[in-house]
Amino acid sequence: MEEMLREYLPILVFLAVAAGLGIVLILAAVVLAVRNPDPEKVSAYECGFNAFDDARMKFDVRFYLVSILFIIFDLEIAFLFPWAVGFQDMSDTGFWSMMVFLAVLTIGFAYEWKKGALEWE
Amino acid sequence: MIQADLSVILPEIILAVYAMAALLLAVYTGKDKLAAVLVWSTAGLMAALGIWIGTNGGGTQEAFGGMFIDDGFARFAKVAILLSAAAVLLMGLEYMARRNMLRFEFPLLVALSAVGMMMMVSAGDLMALYMGLELQSLALYVIASMRRDSVKSTEAGLKYFVLGALSSGLLLYGASLVYGFAGTTKFAGIIQVAQHGEVSIGLLFGLVFLISGLAFKVSAVPFHMWTPDVYQGAPTPVTAFFASAPKMAAMGLFARVMHDAFGNAIGDWSQVVAVLSLLSMFVGAVAAIGQRDIKRLMAYSSIAHMGYALMGLASGTQMGVEAMLVYMAIYVSMNIGTFAFILMLQKDGQPITSIDALHQYSRREPGKALAMLVLLFSLAGVPPMLGFFGKLYVLRAAYEAGLAWLAIAGVVASVIGAFYYLRIVYYMYFGDEGEDLDRSNSPILWVFLMGSAAVMVFGIINMFGVDSAAAAAAAALVR
Repeated sequence: MEEMLREYLPILVFLAVAAGLGIVLILAAVVLAVRNPDPEKVSAYECGFNAFDDARMKFDVRFYLVSILFIIFDLEIAFLFPWAVGFQDMSDTGFWSMMVFLAVLTIGFAYEWKKGALEWE
Repeated sequence: MIQADLSVILPEIILAVYAMAALLLAVYTGKDKLAAVLVWSTAGLMAALGIWIGTNGGGTQEAFGGMFIDDGFARFAKVAILLSAAAVLLMGLEYMARRNMLRFEFPLLVALSAVGMMMMVSAGDLMALYMGLELQSLALYVIASMRRDSVKSTEAGLKYFVLGALSSGLLLYGASLVYGFAGTTKFAGIIQVAQHGEVSIGLLFGLVFLISGLAFKVSAVPFHMWTPDVYQGAPTPVTAFFASAPKMAAMGLFARVMHDAFGNAIGDWSQVVAVLSLLSMFVGAVAAIGQRDIKRLMAYSSIAHMGYALMGLASGTQMGVEAMLVYMAIYVSMNIGTFAFILMLQKDGQPITSIDALHQYSRREPGKALAMLVLLFSLAGVPPMLGFFGKLYVLRAAYEAGLAWLAIAGVVASVIGAFYYLRIVYYMYFGDEGEDLDRSNSPILWVFLMGSAAVMVFGIINMFGVDSAAAAAAAALVR
């Protein structure tokens, strides 16, 4: 128990340093910095002219859909990779498990295709 | 070897393959025109699987090296899950069809979440637990926001998703601590490490985080804040579903983890669960008093009921698990009737959820008002109804396990809670001038309302054998 925890000591030290440094920097800005605000200083800076609109703009939900589909297939590759590396020593169960997984994924893909999720318009 | 494993999970495979095949069939042919057919076929399949699991098999079988356990406990929970999911699916059919929100994905998502729930109650490993939990939850997040054009429904879905993700995070953190300190994710291995008196501090941390994550899923106080908003925002058929099968599954999973993985350290988790139970009972009873929306009210009611079910679990005995299972079975059958009633409430075709609309309801619909009276009495735990016997079981289990203070608190909370149930009865029978609600004549809802009320009255004779089935199930879990 003690042994095992000692192995993680560097991480604890790192966490303490990270948190400590962050707090010191923030506090230094509050305590040491000279503050003399005027309207021009506190307004948003946008290359010399006034800000056009709110920074929080609406995104088309389709970007979100595309990114989620990307994540799904990205993770699929991440999952396939160790499987492919260990392919030489694989049992039948291991092979068919991945085939079942890919089949389930393909069903999802066929669904979203037919549903029109891949079309921009 | 693998054939033996597959034969153990055959019901899950059938349901999952059905859901995927139906998904492809529907999206390539009729789309939403097939929705009503799919609702019926999904409900039929789930009911058939429920009956099959209930009548078939015995003993304990393990699959995939102990990852999946099929025992009496799992079978009891699965039968309750499948039958209640099938019932709720049929109840929502007409409501959704009339409001043009019946999509073919709905029954299939319910089927997939039922697969997840079956996986949950059969989990024999922390990874199998998480897999089942996520399969169930992801399907539920989607159906909570079924009405994409309604702000409340999307809000419900988003809130449920964010808080569900948070709770999954807590649970996973706990699971990783348990794995780190026990050296295994298998429940059978964890129980060897977690002997009473020698539970290491890390394992205890993991246990508490696991309990927190599970408490989110059963909506126990102080992890209940998502429940009222999600219940109110989701479409009523979806709310009815949330209040039945997933609750049964989450309680089943809770009991499974506590007894299968930490059964040798009952003293360590029993206090935590007892506190969750106490808080849930009181917050559920007190917070519901101010609610005017019947769906919100049912959310607080479900929080309170989870408190009573957790009381059974907190006892840490075989009797406690039996009491919990009986309580959950009764709770689910009460809820089916109550939500059938709520689904029937509408005015000029619009759904009504305010309890003020129920004034003088008995004058207009004496039969339905009487059935609702029986159900509300049963929810409150008024003696001749079945709900009273459910409470009696858990109180007795808690008392005999030496948790007399919890049992007394339970009685006090149930008296407070009775107020808001009886207030609805008062409105229905002695209220002021009421609104003119539509006379709905949906035979399906009528059958479920009357059937559920009849169960509450006639069930007291022998509980339809549920108590002996629950005793056998509890004996399979607590060894």
